[in-house]
Amino acid sequence: MLSIDKTIVKDLVANDISFVTTVPCKQLAGVIDEIDNHPDVFHIPSNKEDEGMGLCAGAWMGGKRPAIIMQNTALGVTLNTLATLTQYYRMPLPMLISYRGELGEPVACQVEMALHTKALLAQMNIPTYHFHKREDAEELDSILKYTFMCNKPVAILTDATFWGGY
Amino acid sequence: MIRSEILKEIAPVIRNELVICNIGIPSQELHAIDDQATNFYMLGTMGLASSIGLGLALSQEKTVVVIDGDGSVLTNLGTLPTIANNVADNYILLIVDNGSYGSTGDQVTYAGKKTSLTEVARACGCDNVVECCAEETAKVLRDAITSRRMTVIVSKCESGNAKMPVITMDPVVIRDRFMKAVQA
Repeated sequence: MLSIDKTIVKDLVANDISFVTTVPCKQLAGVIDEIDNHPDVFHIPSNKEDEGMGLCAGAWMGGKRPAIIMQNTALGVTLNTLATLTQYYRMPLPMLISYRGELGEPVACQVEMALHTKALLAQMNIPTYHFHKREDAEELDSILKYTFMCNKPVAILTDATFWGGY
Repeated sequence: MIRSEILKEIAPVIRNELVICNIGIPSQELHAIDDQATNFYMLGTMGLASSIGLGLALSQEKTVVVIDGDGSVLTNLGTLPTIANNVADNYILLIVDNGSYGSTGDQVTYAGKKTSLTEVARACGCDNVVECCAEETAKVLRDAITSRRMTVIVSKCESGNAKMPVITMDPVVIRDRFMKAVQA
């Protein structure tokens, strides 16, 4: 059986996602490694998440399917970009998000943005899926197809329980 | 020379290239001077022109010219290391450096004070950075396009704006028209 990291990247590649930008997170380190080593995916680390969304917008207009990997703590800095670039120009963007500050979180400060995460996503009308148990990832393929069907940013929150703790 | 005069001079140079144009007055000026399907106008999201252009350049083979400003590059300064470390030889970043935030009332930027974006770009690892005066911009840009080498151009010009109408084209129309031009 494939590891969860490999399974996630397999689903990305199966959906023709070939341009992935990342801002690192410990929970997503394994996925980022897989992306970095995958011959069919161009991996471009970005310094800030809104920058990454700009890269993804360009890649999509250039004919590639993009994705961004980021932490929920950065959601705030991306709101204007999501509203005035991704949504305004109607562009698809799967956002694979490490949902820090949930059950099992050792760092108290991470809880502060966790409290706002789903409310902000709801306020932005961003379809949001929450992976809590390992089998939740079985929906990833459908979520990606949905994203490129409707040309919207779509959030996939993955919490510590999903990843098997710290 | 102010930005709109530079745009008039470079319009024939960039007419057949893919252009990502910075938010606000720069896009209004380019739109009024020489609207093309190959122009992508940013209507929001200050700072991301260089990032959108890099993603585009890395994803297809046509030349991409980004018309950016000093204020917008300062807003997204993290873009320069990303550009330097992901070389796309079909990518040209033209920073129209008038030392001011033109779209918001010409407030002075730090690039208009002590900060040299040319030196910042070099320090970030950009291999091919050219600083020029406004009058040289069209020639420098033409040479950069011909060279097929990733180039960052910092064009030093005067602060000021031409009075142009707001772009009323729907964003999805701008984007769709642009994507068809990319694929053409």
